[in-house]
Amino acid sequence: MLKKINCIINGEPKEIEVDVRESLLDMLRNRLHLTGTKQGCGVGECGACAVLIDGNTIDSCIYMAVWADGKNITTIEGISKPDGSLSDIQQNYVDKGAVQCGFCTPGFVISTTALLNKNDDPSRDEIRRGLSGNLCRCTGYQKILDAVETTVEQRRNSKK
Amino acid sequence: MYQINGYLEASTISEAIDYLNKNDNAQIIAGGTDVLIKTRERKGGYVDRDLVGIMRIPELKGIKIDAEGNIVIGATSSFTEVEENEIIKSNIPSLCTAVGSVGGPQIRNMGTIGGNVANGATSADSASTLFALDTIVRIASKEGIREVPIEEFYLGPGKVALNKGEILTSFVILKKNYKGFKGDYIKYSHRKAMDIATLGCSVMIKINGQIIEELKIAYGVAGPTPVRAKGAEEYGVGKEISQEVLNEIGEMCLKDTSARDSWRASKAFREQLIRELPKRAINNAIGGGFNA
Repeated sequence: MLKKINCIINGEPKEIEVDVRESLLDMLRNRLHLTGTKQGCGVGECGACAVLIDGNTIDSCIYMAVWADGKNITTIEGISKPDGSLSDIQQNYVDKGAVQCGFCTPGFVISTTALLNKNDDPSRDEIRRGLSGNLCRCTGYQKILDAVETTVEQRRNSKK
Repeated sequence: MYQINGYLEASTISEAIDYLNKNDNAQIIAGGTDVLIKTRERKGGYVDRDLVGIMRIPELKGIKIDAEGNIVIGATSSFTEVEENEIIKSNIPSLCTAVGSVGGPQIRNMGTIGGNVANGATSADSASTLFALDTIVRIASKEGIREVPIEEFYLGPGKVALNKGEILTSFVILKKNYKGFKGDYIKYSHRKAMDIATLGCSVMIKINGQIIEELKIAYGVAGPTPVRAKGAEEYGVGKEISQEVLNEIGEMCLKDTSARDSWRASKAFREQLIRELPKRAINNAIGGGFNA
């Protein structure tokens, strides 16, 4: 059964015909070819498929595509600047060695973006909690936490 | 693709009820953090269903205090919405702790407190606190609204008192059950996030000087459904709080519960938690002072 939905994806209004059986992840990857969002576990455990819906992180593998109707969605492709250069969060992930195989990185960057939008001065524990829905099997997390802390520091310094 | 038969987006409670009444294959879906996972894992009863979405029904949303001072929590309030709500934060902080211990941020943003209870799991993090608050479950059907105490809502593992054509619409927490109480919820789990409770214990206590005036102790995963430790509560009321009384409360809680072995933990380990967690929760609730 197909259904027409309207939503905003990375700032652009879209009208998309989706199958009611599709997940948002299926829609993003297969219909819109936004393949930055990854499928990991498929059951909401790993966070590789995280995207922002109206500013809140959700796992797009357990979110029905039809639910996106009327929503404002940001994927990892919408986090980078329009010229393709990296956001400060992404740049710090690169600089701090928080990216190894890279499969979890889009989800982590999405969760970090949402966390820092909500709380611009999180403690290390608050960062851990904010990123607790994302799994990384390479880094051991310390460098990811470092990248987030560095971003917080840089943003604080640039405000002075 | 999820293996479902169809999807209806309900925009009112009566539209959802009508559909549930005329379609035997209908299954309510709220935030989907349980139903979609079970569908994907092809659990019995969750494949080829006609899903009814209820997240766009305005009456099921929101948290408010009514004219009598009772707190009403809409069933499709997400865990994040409950945790960050000012009414809940200032009146029932232990419920914030409870819903804040669910999964991770993505799950808390989608998962709902109504779904947490309606799926009938003993491990539901919100359930033991709702038990300790003597919460009333409000249910709508074409006959109207009925109210069921949460203890009677749970019938067995995965079984709740929702009949065909019924929807859980809200939870009502009476003023007398939260006003003047202090509370705490302790989730014992192997990881600090993305885990299901090995055991959960929620306590509501009203204390006058050192005398326990009222005491409610509720558990998750200490039996097939969430459960109150009424014997221990009765023992505690009227007693002057002391280490001995706390220890005895912990012992008495064993009689009201029926822990079992699972791959997460042994019966013996859960029984140790059943003894210890209410002491710690009471101690946290009253601001410390005991060796719990």
